[in-house]
Amino acid sequence: MKEYQTITEISGPLVFAEVDEPVGYDEIVEIETPDGDTLRGQVLESSEGLVSIQVFEGTGGIDRNASVRFLGETMKMPVTEDLLGRVLDGSGNPIDDGPEIVPEERRDIVGAAINPYSREYPEEFIQTGVSTIDGMNTLVRGQKLPIFSGSGLPHNDLALQIARQATVPEEEDGGDDEASDFAVIFGAIGITAEEANEFMQDFERTGALERSVVFMNLADDPAVERTVTPRLALTTAEYLAFEKDYHVLVILTDITNYCEALREIGAAREEVPGRRGYPGYMYTDLAQLYERAGRIEGREGSVTQIPILTMPSDDITHPIPDLTGYITEGQIIVDRSLNSQGAKPPIDVSDSLSRLMDDGIGEGLTRGDHSDVSAQLYAAYAEGKDLRDLVNIVGREALSERDNKYLDFADRFEEEFVQQGYDTDRTIIETLEIGWELLSMFPKEELNRIDEDAIEEYYLEDESEVAEATAD
Amino acid sequence: MSQAQDTETVREDGIIESVSGPVVTAADLDARMNDVVYVGDEGLMGEVIEIEGNLTTIQVYEETSGVGPGEPVENTGEPLSVDLGPGMLDSIYDGVQRPLDVLESKMGTAFLDRGVDAPGIDLEKTWEFTPTVSVGDTVAPGDIVGEVPETESITHKVMVPPDYDGGDVTAAEEGEFTVDEPVVELDSGEAVTMHQEWPVRQARPALEKQSPTIPLVSGQRIQDGLFPIAKGGTAAIPGPFGSGKTVTQHQLAKWSDADIVVYVGCGERGNEMTEVIEDFPELEDPKTGKPLMSRTCLIANTSNMPVAARESCIYTGITIAEYFRDMGYDVALMADSTSRWAEAMREISSRLEEMPGEEGYPAYLAASLSEFYERAGLFELLNGDQGSISAIGAVSPPGGDFSEPVTQNTLRIVKTFWALDADLANRRHFPSINWNDSYSLYTQQLDPWYRENVAEDFPEIRQWAVDVLDEEDELQEIVQLVGKDALPEDQQLTLEVARYLREAWLQQNAFHDVDTFCPPEKTYQMLQAIKTFNDEAFAALDAGVPVGEITGVDAAPRLNRMGTAEEWDEFIDELESNLEAQIRELY
Ligand SMILES: Nc1ncnc2c1ncn2[C@@H]1O[C@H](COP(=O)(O)OP(=O)(O)OP(=O)(O)O)[C@@H](O)[C@H]1O
Ligand SMILES: [Mg+2]
Repeated sequence: MKEYQTITEISGPLVFAEVDEPVGYDEIVEIETPDGDTLRGQVLESSEGLVSIQVFEGTGGIDRNASVRFLGETMKMPVTEDLLGRVLDGSGNPIDDGPEIVPEERRDIVGAAINPYSREYPEEFIQTGVSTIDGMNTLVRGQKLPIFSGSGLPHNDLALQIARQATVPEEEDGGDDEASDFAVIFGAIGITAEEANEFMQDFERTGALERSVVFMNLADDPAVERTVTPRLALTTAEYLAFEKDYHVLVILTDITNYCEALREIGAAREEVPGRRGYPGYMYTDLAQLYERAGRIEGREGSVTQIPILTMPSDDITHPIPDLTGYITEGQIIVDRSLNSQGAKPPIDVSDSLSRLMDDGIGEGLTRGDHSDVSAQLYAAYAEGKDLRDLVNIVGREALSERDNKYLDFADRFEEEFVQQGYDTDRTIIETLEIGWELLSMFPKEELNRIDEDAIEEYYLEDESEVAEATAD
Repeated sequence: MSQAQDTETVREDGIIESVSGPVVTAADLDARMNDVVYVGDEGLMGEVIEIEGNLTTIQVYEETSGVGPGEPVENTGEPLSVDLGPGMLDSIYDGVQRPLDVLESKMGTAFLDRGVDAPGIDLEKTWEFTPTVSVGDTVAPGDIVGEVPETESITHKVMVPPDYDGGDVTAAEEGEFTVDEPVVELDSGEAVTMHQEWPVRQARPALEKQSPTIPLVSGQRIQDGLFPIAKGGTAAIPGPFGSGKTVTQHQLAKWSDADIVVYVGCGERGNEMTEVIEDFPELEDPKTGKPLMSRTCLIANTSNMPVAARESCIYTGITIAEYFRDMGYDVALMADSTSRWAEAMREISSRLEEMPGEEGYPAYLAASLSEFYERAGLFELLNGDQGSISAIGAVSPPGGDFSEPVTQNTLRIVKTFWALDADLANRRHFPSINWNDSYSLYTQQLDPWYRENVAEDFPEIRQWAVDVLDEEDELQEIVQLVGKDALPEDQQLTLEVARYLREAWLQQNAFHDVDTFCPPEKTYQMLQAIKTFNDEAFAALDAGVPVGEITGVDAAPRLNRMGTAEEWDEFIDELESNLEAQIRELY
């Protein structure tokens, strides 16, 4: 392997070096600083005689005399089932003083795309125990469902609650030991040590660590490394899911930090920036992460992704949530005002969506009335929320009896359906029952989204009488 | 060149000079613009997109990780083309027409490997050919010379290729043939096979464009009822993420009365394509009763697949559509999403360091969009028959803001505009097509068809619905200030009628077995029922009945059940007479 001492330029996270042999695009590079540190990087552009290298750990300490070695291969992740229970840094090196990891395979971290023909459509209901998710934005195995949050909001508590409570109900009944097939991959991308500890403590407390692989790129770790951490995590996830039959839940947090790193590299390369300074290829880049969720025909396991991102200034039209929403299969919105009202978890269902819900629910999967109940709850909550604006202007007395019912409904919906606490694990049946209690505030004719047979079966006559009585 | 071709004309090979993502430059390559080349030791497929001095720039249709300078580039000397012939229906292709099922078995994995080729149609398979011409007949380019039962529902027409001279038939044989065996021979020395090739960036010729007068019936109430598209028309569906673009496209692919559907998944989700592959074989075409898949060709270049092939998938799709059009079929092409296509152009263009136009898109964005939509239309074909392509493109504006270049440039071209609305989607009003912002410029030219085939007064009752919805829109502004109960009774009643129009008529659940498809007769009858309610209610109001009593009749909320009712005609008849009876009883 040839060594070069031909660095011509160092700029931000990039190093340019002259070479006299061909170097492949994306190839891994080692740079040895005069102090004897070895830094790793990746070829971003390769032309005859000149390569640009993005250095993961940052270019600090590199000078013109540093030596550059091209390893002749693209970046790989050593994978094995023994990774379960281990904690690695953002470049995949163990940091938990555990035994040496003997890989079974070394996999390219830029995963090849799953052939759309080979996919299996995800439709197995995952019960998270959270009503706003299970009832109205159902998660299924193999889905990519991000959490859109804001800074300072309790998205981590929600992610942990999901990781703790997620089960697939039928299989539980079947009694076979499915729990062992479940694994969590946690990829920390530029989060604070404090946040990371929150996750680690919860994993340790619940024993989840044993079936987890943790990748840690913290806030003070190199920013460029953030572009590889999620790829290492997803490569590991794919291996466990599609070679070892695990149902893998991947939590990546915070995608916003990942995108900032992309922007930084783009700027250093003097690329023409896209919207708000983020690179024009950010959609494609994010898709190469998110599309690594899924199921494959004929394989047991699955990769389910819950990426977390904090929306800058809570703005859902910001490029990071916007491009994410265009790729993922829905989104769960953590809302600031519900949070200040004390709702736990403060999920705003209005903007939330699960696109894979329709095939994962219903007769034989959850319950026959699930879809209708969800649609009716959505419609009623939207109407109630609209009326809140009006009531501020005209007052309650000016509203009809019907309108007042919708207002009451919106309040009760937030207090009883949304609010549940991070330790309450509701079954889907419990969730639907709460839904019916609330919907039964309305006369039957108002429930125009629900099948008439379902109304006969589940409508609670008492509730509407109670509502009548209080309305008088 | 197409995948099926031999590389006879190997020209001077070149050497890779630099690699940057999907863009590779090569030195010393003897090539023309748009030639297909094989790049690097692995032979990755690419296309020449710029020539400058001794340097040739290539967009590569596969991932380029690990490819480096010094590796060879081999030119095929042929432009990017598709293989056309029987076997395209019930298939799924990537953006350069490689069949994804064949790739799976050739690669032996569920993941897309590199450097594997496969022809767009099976070259080994034999098809049953029946000539429709006899020896001595004179045939010209575009003429149909025979038929092949391609799928359960579609007969493939074998045509004289547009670039042939034509002549007198000297042989025409019935029997089993592979696609490359001659089936009809001409005295010009030309032999017609079941296999044509066509360069994707070049429109297939037709005689002339005609003005369409027949709707592409979609089975969706808001579309057939308010904003119809013609067979041979163009439509755009812009909307923010999660507003229903894909579901709308899928609904059209499922239920529209096209003969052939070409569905292009351009830079979108893998699972959405899987959904089509899994659902369509199970669903029945309402027209033929045959599985939907047998009239469908899928092109899938998902968001994580190479960006250059995303740029080409639109062309692959429209060329396949043109080929079926040439057989005289009505083809519907859905492209989800044209924004991803535009972004692919932008990405390639910025790697070429071209001068960026608005928002970084290349200056030729508008031209590329209109070239694409221009390939749609109702055509008089070379052989004198008619065939059509209806093109329906989803648009994904950043931040849901319609003022951006792709939406704006598309709006200048297309004649039907289905504007999706995040607010409607959030309240689960589906399809979330905004009835105030959307429009169809085909309405007038399609009215005669509606009068003749659905109901004589269809245009009038549609106008009535539009007027009520408009009035509601104005009244809502007042309601926002004073509340509904402060309005005069007749306006309260109008609001109630408008509510039924929205909830019972405009809303349509794509996931409900019955509601998902609504024939135009039902669309009309449902509207008629709401009109009956309106007329009866206003008559009662005039007679002095309080509005609360009128809207409180038992039958009224049952209007909301019309869409999902099993036996809709009986249901609606009964409902109308109940409405009449119950309201008249009040005075
Ligand atoms: N006609 C409909 N009936 C019922 N539900 C619908 C309908 N249209 C859309 N939806 C709901 O809205 C969700 C989002 O729709 P869709 O996936 O089509 O959005 P999109 O506009 O294509 O978003 P993106 O731009 O992110 O691809 C669907 O998963 C479905 O739940
Ligand atoms: Mg979509």
